[in-house]
This record gives sequence, C-alpha cells and structure tokens, in this order.
Amino acid sequence: MEMKVVAKPIAKESSILYLDGVSVSFDGFKALNDLSFVVQPGEMKAIIGPNGAGKTTMMDVITGKTRPDTGEVYFKDATDLTRLDEARIVNLGIGRKFQKPTVFESHTVFDNLELSLKGNKSPFATLFSKLSADDALKIEDTLNTIRLTDRKDWLAGNLSHGQKQWLEIGMLLMQDPELLLVDEPVAGMTDAETVETADLLRLIAKTRSVVVVEHDMEFVRSLQCKVIVLHEGHVLAEGSLDKVANDPEVIDVYLGR
Amino acid sequence: MKNKNNKALGPFFSLITDLPGGGKAFMGILLAVALYTVIGNTLIPESSFAHVPTYMVTLMGKYLCYALLALSVDLIWGYCGILSLGHGAFFSLGGYAMGMYLMRQIGDRGVYGNPELPDFMVFLNWQELPWYWSGFDNFFVAALMVMLVPGLLAFVFGWFAFRSRVTGVYFSIITQAMTYALLLAFFRNDMGFGGNNGLTDFKDLLGFDLRSDGMRLGLFVGSAVAVALGYLICAFITRSKFGRVLIAIRDAESRTRFTGYRVEFYKLSVFVISAVLAGIAGAFYVPQVGIINPSEFSPANSIEVVIWVAVGGRGTLWGAVLGAVLVNWGKSYFTGAFPEAWLYLLGGLFVCTTLFLPKGIVGTVPEWWAKIKLRLGRFKPDLIQTGKGDM
Amino acid sequence: MRFWNKSLLLAGLLLFGLSQLVAAETVMDLTKSLSVKSYSKKSVIIQKIAQTGDPQATVILQSLLDGSLFLTKDAGLPVLAAKLGKEYALSDPFTGVDLGQVRKRALKKIRINNKVRGILKASIARLNLSHPNPRHRIKAAKLLFKNLDKALLAPLQQLVEAENEGAVKEAFETTNAALILLHGDTIDARLKAVERLKAAGGPDVRALLSSMDRKLQAKASSDEQSEKLQLVVQSALKSVERQLENYGLIESLFQGISLSSVLLLAAIGLAITFGVMGVINMAHGEMVMIGAYTTYVIQEICRTSFPGFFDYSLILAIPMAFIVSGICGVIIERSVIRFLYGRPLETLLATWGISLLLQQLVRTIFGATNKEVGSPEWLSGAWEVTAGLSFTYNRIAIIFFALFVLAGLMLVLKKTLFGLQMRAVTQNRQMARSMGIKSARIDAMTFGLGSGVAGMAGVALSQVDNVSPNLGQAYIIDSFMVVVFGGVGNLWGTLVGASSLGIVNKFLEPYSGAVLAKIFVLVAIILFIQKRPRGLFALKGRSVEG
Repeated sequence: MEMKVVAKPIAKESSILYLDGVSVSFDGFKALNDLSFVVQPGEMKAIIGPNGAGKTTMMDVITGKTRPDTGEVYFKDATDLTRLDEARIVNLGIGRKFQKPTVFESHTVFDNLELSLKGNKSPFATLFSKLSADDALKIEDTLNTIRLTDRKDWLAGNLSHGQKQWLEIGMLLMQDPELLLVDEPVAGMTDAETVETADLLRLIAKTRSVVVVEHDMEFVRSLQCKVIVLHEGHVLAEGSLDKVANDPEVIDVYLGR
Repeated sequence: MKNKNNKALGPFFSLITDLPGGGKAFMGILLAVALYTVIGNTLIPESSFAHVPTYMVTLMGKYLCYALLALSVDLIWGYCGILSLGHGAFFSLGGYAMGMYLMRQIGDRGVYGNPELPDFMVFLNWQELPWYWSGFDNFFVAALMVMLVPGLLAFVFGWFAFRSRVTGVYFSIITQAMTYALLLAFFRNDMGFGGNNGLTDFKDLLGFDLRSDGMRLGLFVGSAVAVALGYLICAFITRSKFGRVLIAIRDAESRTRFTGYRVEFYKLSVFVISAVLAGIAGAFYVPQVGIINPSEFSPANSIEVVIWVAVGGRGTLWGAVLGAVLVNWGKSYFTGAFPEAWLYLLGGLFVCTTLFLPKGIVGTVPEWWAKIKLRLGRFKPDLIQTGKGDM
Repeated sequence: MRFWNKSLLLAGLLLFGLSQLVAAETVMDLTKSLSVKSYSKKSVIIQKIAQTGDPQATVILQSLLDGSLFLTKDAGLPVLAAKLGKEYALSDPFTGVDLGQVRKRALKKIRINNKVRGILKASIARLNLSHPNPRHRIKAAKLLFKNLDKALLAPLQQLVEAENEGAVKEAFETTNAALILLHGDTIDARLKAVERLKAAGGPDVRALLSSMDRKLQAKASSDEQSEKLQLVVQSALKSVERQLENYGLIESLFQGISLSSVLLLAAIGLAITFGVMGVINMAHGEMVMIGAYTTYVIQEICRTSFPGFFDYSLILAIPMAFIVSGICGVIIERSVIRFLYGRPLETLLATWGISLLLQQLVRTIFGATNKEVGSPEWLSGAWEVTAGLSFTYNRIAIIFFALFVLAGLMLVLKKTLFGLQMRAVTQNRQMARSMGIKSARIDAMTFGLGSGVAGMAGVALSQVDNVSPNLGQAYIIDSFMVVVFGGVGNLWGTLVGASSLGIVNKFLEPYSGAVLAKIFVLVAIILFIQKRPRGLFALKGRSVEG
C-alpha cells in the first residue's frame, strides 16, 4: 500500500465517485497514469480524450473489470471498489453502458428490462422468481422513457442500432443506479437520435450522477456539463467545455491536431 | 408463463400444464411411445407385426438414456453456451455408481463365489473391499451416489474453471482433458473399478433378474420416466428467470455480469444440475446394456453427444431428444448394415450440421417452413418477433 | 584317469601332425573328424579348430553350439541343416551354398555335452576376442562379461597384453578384472580388479559386484582378507550404484527431452492454427497421421522401385509430408473452416467430423492395422556415451529436427513477407484488407502451413510410434495441452510448454508409472489453466469488451 499523499485539492467526503492516483499498466504500457478525479452526487461529467487516453480502462477500473496497480477508487466515500467484482459493483448502484451496444439479442425487449431489474440476483432466487405487478409497472415506465413501448415484444436482436443503445440505457435505469457510466452513447447514431439521446441523458442526470465518455464535441456541448480531458492516462484539464477548449495544452494534444 | 387456474393440481402438474404447445406435444409423444412399447411387448402376440420384441424394448430404453444425456448437454450448451466435451465422464460416473451396486448384488454367485468381493478383486488377490465400495450394497446409497459423484466432480471442476473465467474453447479443451484423465485412471486395475474390463456380469437389480423380460420392460419405463422428469426439470429451468439469465450469459456474458449477475454462480449451478442429469442417464444405461467399462470415458463419446444435440437443434429441449434418438437409431442401423459407412456418415454429420444446419432440425425446419409461407404470401410478423415459441 | 590323459595327449599329437600336413583343409577335416563318439576327443578337436584362427572356425563352432551342424551319413560331409517341415534344408557351412533338402535319416547330428559346450563357448569367445575387427572384439569382451568362465582367465590375460587398440584394451581389461575378481588367486590382484571395475561402472558391473557381495557375506568363515575384499566391493558397489543413479537421471532427462520434442512437433502446427488464427482444429492429429502415412508410402515406393534409395526415403518424405498435409489443410480451410470464422465451438465440432472422416478414409485405403515404417541405417543404433548410458540415434535426430522446424517457422513468421502479412491479418483483418492483402488467401496459406508442419511431425513420429489411423488421436489432447499451457499465439510458449510437459512426465514416470504420470500432468495443467487461463506466455492486453 502506498503512503497517503498530503491533502489533495479534491474532497473525498460526500463524493459519489472518488479516484485517487490510479495507475494501470499492461506490459509496460501505462494505460492509466496517476489518474485522479471526483464526481459529486447528482453531477454529470463528460470525459473526452484522444484514442488510447485510457477512457475505457478507467471504466474498467471503476466497474471492477481491471484491478489498478496502485491508487484508490471509492464509491460514496465508503466502499473500496478495487476489492469487488463486477456484479457486486453493479448491485451497489453503478451502471455501465458499453461502447458497442450490448443487449440480450435473443430475449424480447421486455425480458431484457426484466432481467435488469434491481433485486436479488442469486441463481436460487431467479429460479423461483415471479414478476410482481410493481415491477411490471416499472418496466412499462422505463419502456416509455426509452420510447420502446410498442417494441416490447420484439427480440432485441431485431432492433435498430439506436434502439439498442436506448434499450441498454433502459436496462441500466432498471438497475436504479446512483452512478451511470456511459461509454460513447451516440457512436453510430443518426443526428435525430443523437439529439434525443442528449435529452434522455440530461433527464437521467436530474436524479443520478452520470459520467459520459464521448468523442463527439457537439454532443458533449449539448450535455451542458463539466468536462475532463484525459491524456495518456492522466487528467490534462477540467472545467466547462469552453474553458478546456481554450486551454493551450489541450489544443496542443487533442483539439489542435 | 402465467399460472392461473391449476394451483389445486399441485406444483408438479403445473410443470406440465405450464408447458407451451411444443412441450405438451413432446410429453404426449413420449407417453404414447412408452405406452405402445409396453402394450406392444406384453399384450400384442409375437406373431403380429405390431409386436415389440424385448430386444427392441431394451434398445429404446438405451436411446432414452442417450436422450437424457443429450438433454443435460443441451441445458448447458444450448442455453448457457458452455460446450462441455466431458459429459461422457459424468454419464460414466453415474453408470459406475450403478454398476458398483449391481456388482455387490451378485454376492457369492460370481465365478469365485466370494460373498464380499467382486470377481475382479478376488482375481487381483485383494483381501477386503476398498472403503469407497462400502455402502454400495444399499440401493439408496448407490442411487444417491449416482447423483452425488457426478455432481460433486462438476462442482469442484466448475468452481475452479468458472471462477477463473475459463470460457469458450478453453473450457471445452480442459473438460476433454478431464474425461481423458478419468479414462486413463479407470483403466488402472488398482483403482478398484475392474480395470479395462470394467464392471459386468450383473445378475439382478432390487432382487429382480436383469435378463427377465419384465425387468427389461421395467427399465425401459424407468428410463422413459427419467426422460420425462428430466425434460420437465429442464423446461422449468429454461423458462424461469434463471433460464433467461442463462441465455443472457450465452449471448452477452459481459453484459450479464454488468447487469449484476454473478455469472460464475449461474454457470456452476447449471453445470452441476447438468452433470447430475448425465449421471442419472448413465445409471439407467448400465443395467440395460449390462456393462460399464472405461471406454465410456473416451473423449470421442462426449463429443458425439454434442453432435446429437446439434443435429436435433440446440437451445430447444425436444430437439436434443430428437437428435439423440435419430443419430443413435442411425448408428444402430448403419453399424449393422454398412459398418464401413458409419464413421463417414458420423463425420459428415459433424461437418454438415455445423455448416448447413447450425440450428439443428428443430431450429431450421420451421425457418424453412416460414420462408415457404412467406413465398406463399401468408407471412405472420410475430414469427420472427417473439422468441418464446421455441421451447 | 591317467589313461584318459595319455590318450588325449596321443590324439592331440596325432591331430597336430595331421593339421601340419594338410593345413588348407584343416577346418574341413577337423570338422569331419567330429564324428567320433568320445566327448573328450571332440573337445580336443574343437580346441584344434579354434587354434587354426580361421574365420570359418567361428561359424563351425557356433553352429555346433547351436545344434545346427550335421554330418551327412553317406559322405560324412559337414552341413548346416534347418528343419523345414518333415525334411531338413541343407547348406554348406563354408560357402553358404544351398544343398537341397533331405530326410532326417540321411543326416547325423554331432552331439555335445555340457563340458563340450563349455569348451565351445570359451573357444568361440577366444576366436571372437582375436577377431580382426576392433568393434567385434569389444562386443565379444562385453558378451564375455556376462558369461565369466574360469577357463578364460589365462587366455584373456594374454590377449589384454597383446592388444594395442585403446578402446578394445579397456573393454578387455574390464572383463579381465571381472574374471580376476571371481577367479583370481591373490588378494592384491582381486582388490586391484575391484578398483578397475569401479572405474568402468555400468549395470553389468553392478550386477557382478552385488553378486560378489552376496557371495562374500554368505561365506561362513571369514578371514581378514575376505573381510577387506568385502569392504572394498561394497564401497565400489555403492559408487557404481550412485553413478548409475545419476545416469538414470540423465536418461530420464533425455527421455523427457525426447518426449518434449515429439510434443513440440505435434503441437507446433497447432500453435499456428489455434494460436495465430484462433481456429480450433481437432483434425490436427490427422494431419500428423497423414504425414506419417506419406512417409510410409514413399518408403514403400523406394523399397520396391529404388532399393538403393531406401536409406534416404525419410529425407524425401519430409517435404512430401509437408506438401500432402499442407494441401489437405488448405482444402479443409477452403471448404469448411472459412465459413465458421468467429464461431470457435462450431469449428471444433466440424473439424472433429473431418478427423473422423480422414481416419476412416485412411482405414479404407490402408487398412486398420499398423504399418511398418523402417528406420534407415543411419538412424538405427545408439550413441553409447559410457557403460549404462546410451542415447538412440532416432530420438536424437527427432530432437534436432523439432528445434530445426521451430527455428524455421519462426524465421517464416518474422522474416518473410508471408509472415508479415499473416501477422497483419490476424491482428486486424479489416486494416490488412484495406492495405491490399488478400486475407482469404493468407488464411488458407496459414492453415496450410500449420497443417504442413503437422505433416512433418508425422515423419518424425513414424520413427518412434506405430503408424495407424489412430496415430493422430493419441497426440491431439497432449498437443492442445501444450499450446494452452504455453500460451496461445506464442511459439516460445509452445517450446516451453512442450519441454516442461515432456520432462515432468518422464521424471514422474519412475515414481508413479506411465499412466499415473500422465494423469498427474493433465490434472496439473487443468489446475494451471484455472490460475492463468491464457497460458504461461499470454500477452496481457488492454481489456476488450465482451
């Protein structure tokens, strides 16, 4: 264990997500290098950065898929995420959307959402579980939110790309997470879908904390939130989009290219 | 899914009444075949062409054991995407447990007349029964072991494998290595399971002569009941939320994990259930064929089971049963009529099924049917939209 | 007694005179005179025959010992006779010319008793020990070691002193020491003999020393001298045993390396198809088998059509096996596997089907029985490092061959355009395609390369294993274990995987037996895969979704 460094400018107390000095390397390649940032409850943050900046690795570390070599990752100031596996972290209330939409293609839209319901997810419990009326209502609600009510009996595999993205977001909402990690939600979407997705995320951010990883600058601007610029596994700049867009360092490594 | 008006019939009947149309049809066919076999063997005179000779009863009993084994493989492969190339091992272990009981039933009627020791132990100059043979003179202990031993092996093996996330072909290869290691082990005389001769020369089961017609019919009926129960259990599992999680794991393991399911526990549970079913299949198989030897562990056997399921249609339970019966019927026919041709046929089956029938007969034929209907202009959109019809 | 001695002397003088007179026909005449009834006379004649030093003498004496020497009843001519049904096939012992067949009645067997037999043995030994070929002399000395006869004590002593060839002298001295230890008179000579034996070592010496030790212990009355001898024998025995134990370890190591090289050869093609392409080829073992059958066919063609070329058929078989198996591989890839990319479990099943088809095809063409593939002259025999330690040439050759194939493959992958394109396709198919690489062709060629290498493995395996339709099945699981253990996609990993598996297996064998050793290794790998699911040398990469 590393010695705790002197007071950092970021507060761990009352935070929902707290990363401090996180480093990960693969065969000498440093994917994350002393990465530190904080997300407050109810806050939405967008993370941008060039390819290989460590965005996906950061997601992996938070969700328990990759163990950091050094550094701390805390959820709600109390839970050390580096010790837990993916399923435990999900059940704590951290949802993750993949870059490529992944839904259960041979299940119906409705079943996809039912499977994502918050609750006891042990094998024994699911073997004998029955859908309660309350839960059915919740599913209907979410179907409305993600605009898939009339598609609820479709196999998820038959949905369009954008619809899959929404279904996946809907699945995350079913878990009722306190923190949502969203990886490139508008990649491959039409312009109309992109606008709708931005609306959807802003709606979600009213009740939960959201971290969005994104390439699309227009989309990030429409989110109207704080931005973190990642470069070589390290935070290069942080602030409003306009502020970081004018940061000479950022222009140099990312925007200016 | 919905359980409306059959609560009074008890949970068991709800298993049947909850089945979708295809499942009910399957149970009906199974019942009809079993009933006809019983009647055809006992009531219809031998001179009639409708008579079912006893050898045919035993042959069908054997097919039913294979069908149960195929169900167990389908449960994990078809629904959870785990390709086990070691299910023959669980089948054989169940068979050996039953064989050990049957060995003890021989008593002093063996060649050497030793009341305690099976012949092969006397032959090896053993003085007393090894500890792991004790208790096998009791049918209920043996029946318990039929389920416990494969289940325990599956638990230990799966515990290590799934926890360290050994997946896909890696899992297949190490399950193959597992059954290969068991094959080598059971060939050894000092393992105490009869070496390469295995266990044989059985006399009776629960006091009834194994070679009597009544016993053979009884074993057939037992196998049919086992397949029916196995089918019901599998149907219950696959239609429950648990079963839908399995399919979710098959299609998107990572997503399932990030939806909050402990994937390894699910895999472990279904692997153990499947191994127990395979063990039971082996236990019904051994008294009907009269022998169990290490060659049952050979990797080729386990892989053959997979092709039964693939031919029938994986991910559909009655496809597995259909595949097992069809392929084995073909095997019986061809190894008798054209022994040279059988391996060509089996090899061709492996290649052609994976290339041209990836969903098996049950999955592909309705698809063709739908296409024909589409051509005829009578297309119903719900055919491709709901995924629940393929039980 | 005295009478016998006299008559012996008389006969000896008589015969001596005779032999002086007709030197050229000596062996022939002496052999004819073996018709005498008296065994003691026969003994004298035998010794005379031996003393001629004629190369034919060895043949006569050996056939006499074997009981195949007869005299014809009519002419009293010596003949070699072999029973052929009811009759005997005759041949001339001197020229080997066939003399036709006769009934038993026409022959007279030359009978011998145990005493004569002893003399025969000693005479043959002496003849062999003075054979003009030094290799022959060494072999004779070693043979003699197992059959130590007191009668040879003096003659061998003379031969040792007369011998000039270093290696031969050494062998003579060892055998001589053994004789002295058993039959020598002075304690000093015997002690010295023990030292000499200790230096020589080997399993024969150990057997001799331990029997000597038992003999000395069993002796009721022990004087100071025999006690001293016993102590020396015991310490020498211990040292020889220790040495043999070390040899045993070296032997295990060699056996292990040999098994490793076989595993490496079988697995290396798989490392390409499985490791580089990610294709599970269950028919890989059959590619090996096809290589072995190609070797068989080529050798048969050479045997029947070009007998002079037989010794080099194996060399010709290496490229041929590569081509035949490689073509099979390309056909399999084009006709089946390319439709199944991205579906590894289906590939596994389809290739298993192909393996069944190929096995049955070979069974139909060549039959189900094992085929004999001979070893060429230059691969038979063994390199004898020292007494009790020898390595067979064919296993040594396979070790070098395996390393050669590995090195060649690495060169192809690292240094050729094909290798570069292959790596490009496996790493990023889309990108490679957009660079103008014909990815479909590269796939087929990569698969062909992997299969071809398997075919070359078949050539090597034909030298150490049975060539049968099931040949491939025996290696497929082990090969997969090697690749999985070593780490997929890494040829060094395959080398390390094969070596550790082979060596561990052979070191376990003496303690647990072959089958248990194999089970242990399998279980160990199964456990190992749990710990490192991607193998020993797996590359740690950025985590990918899914």
